[in-house]
Amino acid sequence: MKVKEIIDSLELKAFSGQKNLDVPVTGGYTSDLLSDVIANSKAGQLWVTLQTHQNIVAVAKLKDLAGIIIVNNREPDEDTLMKAEEEGVPLLGSSAMAFEVSGKLYALLTTRD
Amino acid sequence: MSPARILASAKKKEIDILGICDHNSSENSLAVMKAARNTNVNVIPGMEVTSKEEVHILALFGDMESALKLQEHVYRNLPGKNDPEAFGMQVIVNEKEEVLGFNEKLLIGATTIPLEEVLQLIHRLDGVSIASHIDRESFSIIGQLGFIPDNLELDALEISPRITFEEAERRYANSYPITCSSDAHYPEDIGKGFTSFWLRDGTLTEIRKAIKNEDGRKLIH
Repeated sequence: MKVKEIIDSLELKAFSGQKNLDVPVTGGYTSDLLSDVIANSKAGQLWVTLQTHQNIVAVAKLKDLAGIIIVNNREPDEDTLMKAEEEGVPLLGSSAMAFEVSGKLYALLTTRD
Repeated sequence: MSPARILASAKKKEIDILGICDHNSSENSLAVMKAARNTNVNVIPGMEVTSKEEVHILALFGDMESALKLQEHVYRNLPGKNDPEAFGMQVIVNEKEEVLGFNEKLLIGATTIPLEEVLQLIHRLDGVSIASHIDRESFSIIGQLGFIPDNLELDALEISPRITFEEAERRYANSYPITCSSDAHYPEDIGKGFTSFWLRDGTLTEIRKAIKNEDGRKLIH
């Protein structure tokens, strides 16, 4: 499944990285501790978090994640947005909480193949 | 952030006491201390430790030896390797700005050391511990834990330049002494935030007394 399809299915807002929405998504990772994401996430996963500071972009780039979904209607900081544009990292947003976004994403990715 | 540029900025901003608190490392403190020898700036070696919970804690030490002891422990408990493309090159320089090498550890990462232990370690080395930028959401003790736990061996709180001391006193209800610093990651940010002290000299011993309001030394808000 591609990032673009997930944006449509989960009704996500796209803050940046619109050129990389064709990237395939291999799974998801939900965490707000950067050290945890660095240690345990895998390439191609969509990262669900409430963090909005610019380090999230560096982490997503480092781990080759498919993109970041920021929850709870939060918006990325200005420098986070700039960095995401520079690096081409899809920054997405949901008004829902992490629990809901994770559940729906999980369902989407496991019922398909 | 070369020693010369740091000191030039400190001089311009009329900073008398400058703490060098790199993420999870003190390797560059000595170079700045040496470069400052013939200036009026007193450089204090230190570190900004990232606890297991991703809380940032400033550690300030009376001498380089103590800072290096904490560094040794931090390095042993800091997983990961730096990725220069993602996080920049972690250069180590001497006071003449000659590059001595590159730090390969993931300094931007978190140690596996829990917060309480970080604070105990700092005190055991006669250091001063300050919870970083508590008014900000990321990597602050309140941001990460939701509140400041009781019975912490913590000497003071640091606010960022974004709020005033008055606002801090209102919000944090005199729970701990409050300091302010720049958290400068670039030379031009040095001096954006600072703390004024009433001291006899610019040593850590005096700073500790001022934070504790001892012997007439004090924080000036």
